[in-house]
Amino acid sequence: MSVLVVQGLSKSFGGVLAVADVSFAVAPGEMLALIGPNGAGKSTCFNMLGGQLPPDRGSVHLDGVAITGLGPRAIARHGVGRTFQITATFGSMTVRENVQMAILSHRREVWQFWRPVAGRHAEEADALLAQVGLGAQADRATGVLAYGDLKRLELAIALGNAPRLLLMDEPTAGMAPAERIGLMHLTRRLATERGVAVLFTEHDMDVVFDVSDRILVLNRGALIAEGDGPAIRANPAVREIYLGTGATSGGH
Amino acid sequence: MEVTRRLILGASGSLALPGLLRAQGSGPIRIGEINSYTAQPAFTVPYRNAMQLAVEQVNAKGGVLGRQLELITRDDAGRPQDAVRLAGELVNDQKVDVLAGAYLSNVGLALGEYAAQNKRLYIAGEPLTDSMVWEKGNRYTFRLRPSTYMQASILAEEAAKLPAKRWVTVSPNYEFGQSGVKWFKQLLTARRPDVQFVGEQWPALGRVDAGATVQALEGMRPEGILNVLFGTDLTNFVRQGNTRGLFERRSVVSLLTGEPEYLDPLGDEAPEGWIVTGYPGEMIDTPAHKAFTSAYRAKFNAKPMCGSLVGYSLINSIAAGIAKAGSVEVERMVEGFRGVRFDTPAGQAEYRAIDQQGTLGVYVGKTALRNNVGVMTDWRYIDGKDLLPADEVVRGLRPASAS
Amino acid sequence: MDSILPQLLTGLATASSLFLVASGLTIIFGVTRIVNFSHGSLMMLGAYIGWSILTRLPRDPEWFVLGVVATVLATALIGVLLEVVVLRRVYRAPELFQLLATFGVVLIIQDVTLWLWGAVELPLPRPRWLRGFVEIAGNRFPLYDLILIVTGPVVLGLLWLVMNRTRWGTLVRAATLDREMVAALGVDQRLLFTSVFALGAGLAGLGGALSLPNASANLNIDLSVITDAFVVVVVGGLGSLTGAFVASLLIGILQAFGIVLVPKITLVLVFLVMAVVLVFRPNGLMGRPQSEAREASVAAPVVRPAPPALQLLGAAALALAAVAPFFVGDYYVTVLTDACVAIIFATSLHFMMGPGGMASFGHAAWFGTGAYAAGLLLHWLGAPMPLGLLAAPVAAGIVAALFGWFVVRLSGVYLSMLTLAFAQIAWAVSFQWVDATGGDNGLLGVWPPDWARSPRTYYWIALVLSVGVALLLRRALYAPYGYALRAARDSAMRARSIGLDVARLRMVALVIAGAACGLGGAIFAYGKGGVFPTYISIPHSVEALLMVLLGGLQTVAGPIAGALVYTGLADILVRSTDLWRLVLGAVIVLLVVAFPEGIAGAARRLWLRGREA
Repeated sequence: MSVLVVQGLSKSFGGVLAVADVSFAVAPGEMLALIGPNGAGKSTCFNMLGGQLPPDRGSVHLDGVAITGLGPRAIARHGVGRTFQITATFGSMTVRENVQMAILSHRREVWQFWRPVAGRHAEEADALLAQVGLGAQADRATGVLAYGDLKRLELAIALGNAPRLLLMDEPTAGMAPAERIGLMHLTRRLATERGVAVLFTEHDMDVVFDVSDRILVLNRGALIAEGDGPAIRANPAVREIYLGTGATSGGH
Repeated sequence: MEVTRRLILGASGSLALPGLLRAQGSGPIRIGEINSYTAQPAFTVPYRNAMQLAVEQVNAKGGVLGRQLELITRDDAGRPQDAVRLAGELVNDQKVDVLAGAYLSNVGLALGEYAAQNKRLYIAGEPLTDSMVWEKGNRYTFRLRPSTYMQASILAEEAAKLPAKRWVTVSPNYEFGQSGVKWFKQLLTARRPDVQFVGEQWPALGRVDAGATVQALEGMRPEGILNVLFGTDLTNFVRQGNTRGLFERRSVVSLLTGEPEYLDPLGDEAPEGWIVTGYPGEMIDTPAHKAFTSAYRAKFNAKPMCGSLVGYSLINSIAAGIAKAGSVEVERMVEGFRGVRFDTPAGQAEYRAIDQQGTLGVYVGKTALRNNVGVMTDWRYIDGKDLLPADEVVRGLRPASAS
Repeated sequence: MDSILPQLLTGLATASSLFLVASGLTIIFGVTRIVNFSHGSLMMLGAYIGWSILTRLPRDPEWFVLGVVATVLATALIGVLLEVVVLRRVYRAPELFQLLATFGVVLIIQDVTLWLWGAVELPLPRPRWLRGFVEIAGNRFPLYDLILIVTGPVVLGLLWLVMNRTRWGTLVRAATLDREMVAALGVDQRLLFTSVFALGAGLAGLGGALSLPNASANLNIDLSVITDAFVVVVVGGLGSLTGAFVASLLIGILQAFGIVLVPKITLVLVFLVMAVVLVFRPNGLMGRPQSEAREASVAAPVVRPAPPALQLLGAAALALAAVAPFFVGDYYVTVLTDACVAIIFATSLHFMMGPGGMASFGHAAWFGTGAYAAGLLLHWLGAPMPLGLLAAPVAAGIVAALFGWFVVRLSGVYLSMLTLAFAQIAWAVSFQWVDATGGDNGLLGVWPPDWARSPRTYYWIALVLSVGVALLLRRALYAPYGYALRAARDSAMRARSIGLDVARLRMVALVIAGAACGLGGAIFAYGKGGVFPTYISIPHSVEALLMVLLGGLQTVAGPIAGALVYTGLADILVRSTDLWRLVLGAVIVLLVVAFPEGIAGAARRLWLRGREA
């Protein structure tokens, strides 16, 4: 029973077909990687799923509910969490407050003007922070956090509204190799524990093959391969687009 | 009971003692004057000079009620709210006996309102709005200068003698400009029912688009033009008008243009033959005025401007009013100022009892070029009392509470 | 109609003049991101310097050109001086601080110009060739205006050549698009900025010098020109030269024909145009959306509950304020009352500007709306003061909601300029709708009831209300709404992705800020006895900005500190010296250079020395 079902998703920009008829599904707890060379349409696809771009054609269903073409806010409310390639956190709040904010929004407690936030949902926030390994830094300002820790914070925030789907846009961008594996293993563990479906784009193949259950390969807007790690590695079409046919290399 | 009452009376008496002492003349009589010193420096510098000259002269003759006059000035930055605050400072902190001044009409109105509310005497010098002594007049406010009505009425009288039938007006888009046009239209049409007003222009104060305005007026093909623009707007307007020939073979009637503050900057482009109200300055050869001019020149090495006339007359009128009242107690001053006659370089004037408007008059004449500088010629002085409407009209305009 | 052609040509001449002034402003903004309030002052200096030079030269056309060139160079030099001495020190500060510094410069230049050239208007005597005219369609058209019509496109062309065919110009265009990247490529940013400023200032000087034949060198130029220049720049799109040119044409021609059709539209025409353009093209006609991603890297510092020491200080200050009337005279009590109003004025602006991230250049509009609401209720219905004080925030909140719907859809400087446009429209309404608002003579007789009229009683009322408003606003900031508002400011993208409605959050912030400010306006009105359009003027809005920025944007105590310092400083200075503008301007510049985070921000930094934020 899939959490996310995408069918026939397409988008053109003035005659250029960026995404052509892409369909796939993600199950709860599954880690699905979306890869492809530059210009393949990964970001466009992602932005359509996240609500930043409306699709030209196709449908997106979350747990059976249609979320096609909705804006980012509505999509979030349907139960989608998001992390960004360039970390986006709330710089004027502490680490704990960042997570508290996500929880407050999820609980629809935002439109209150009198009672201070103070320690509301603090235990829940701390628990989330502990799970991502930031428990000791809960009181610090986000501005002083190391980059890797910021990424973990983003993960905690994204989980703050108890999502069923997690969209992660190049989650390990800018991180040191050891940190990358660490972050993705953490994500995998959390996904399994909570039954959250995870869809992520990546360029680092080590990470992709290490952590994903299934891999989708896009090229020039079309889905050219789908399968688990070994299957994709063996797929001749995939090898061609990443490594070339060898015909033009001239040999040496 | 008896003891408490005596105690209270005695206590309040001792508190009032300093005030009694002051009233009986131990220190100087203080005049607190508020004006737009930074916002309108071209007007206020000669104005303040003349006030200081008048204060010196009054003091040299022994002051008023045996006490010297002291002048304290404050800058309102052109804002009514600041003027009201500073009036409070002058009254409560500096303990002035009389408030005076203001240049902009809305500042004058705000100060008049303050005066009425706090029962202090306020003598307005420059503000021209009619409502100051009429619709919004009150018991504690007097105003020296001839109002917009008075100036517009003499111009209407002159305009009625002209053959022009198609008139246009160009006037800054605020109350002074609106009133000037309103009165002129009303009074000219009353004298000359055949006159038509075929168009109008209302440039924003200080930001006239002179070329477009002149072009628009030209398009209306008028025979007569009423101009109420002044200052930098007038300079722009005259230059564009001269080049585009707007004023050729047309009658132009213009408010305030004859004042040297506005005529001098026109330089050799000063228009000729405009019928204007203004101030001929050193060309006035009455003994009173000659004495004023020579004293002013001796002290400041410059010619007196229209603002100087106003400032000088203001101080003299205050001195005369206090002398007539015989006291600086407010209610007695109000009674004293009503009907007081005082000397000005332009002649004798008074504050009318009926509406507390000064009868300082208007110089009306024509503009001309002499030695590449604009001057007034063919001018005459009209006493202010001849420029005001009938008493019944005035009584109808002033609120009952103002008596 | 044979007057169409001359009217059109007149509009084109005006357009050229507008373009000359606006071009410098847009170039400076495009590269340095500075909203240069002193641009009008530079044009004024250009006019005065031009007058001084040209009146000493022979009157032939060649000498006129020489004199203009000399003026341009002189003004460019002044621009360099300005940039090196003042602006260079505030590049690191948030954008609006540079605005504050330029406003201090405006004040300084006003008094310096008055001191150097005197109060009287200085006209340039026109030689014969400057008075010439040609016959067009039966009308006389000034030769000089034809020269102006040609000058605009010529300057545009020259600038285009410089921008597109020289290496320097390429760097400038690159810096307009991405300042950080250009710096990363090793270009000396300081030299680039200084040279850009020199060019912009020189263009302002050119505008000033060329305005002399039609007008005069006078002390009103700076403020009368700057609003029009800003409108042209914003309508055209910030940083776009061609946009500025097109906008100048649009406005010049609209104005030329507008005054024929609706003569009284003069007060409000340019602002209506700006408002309409921004609603349909939120980045101006040819502007690009400002790069948001990099901007967010300068994050606001963490907001924590006030440390106990500060809370104690606040309580002590409050106690002192409460007993002050027993120790000071009536006048100082009225100054304290004005300070209370200033606190409301500043904290309400800070609410939408700091946590809300929306810098309003038109905050005085709500102030005036509240004041007029109270005044009009009194005049029409004889409503007593309590009713007026209740109605004021409601009226101001409604107007804020109406304007706000348009405003929250924009961002950055465009948002600020739209608020300016709306404020000017509000001002024009209060100024021109004489039957309703009394026009510029205002509404008089707005006094408190007898029991509240003594300065002391009124002060205590104002104190209670202002402290109440400040505490309520503070309370909201520490409640979930305040956090959500800050979240929307810190990262709109992240905020949306956790389900926050960013537009609605900002709208509510605007309404709250507007309503609170309206209450301040009503308190002020009853205290002064009247309501005047000056309550809605641009200088008044600027004063709100000054107070907030002086105090610092990032602390909750900032606006209070700023309000108190500014009110006290302004009062003392105005009563001490005729040169108060010079001193106030210098103090502002010094404070901005020394404390780019504002007074409270600096205090906070000192407090945190060695500790973590």
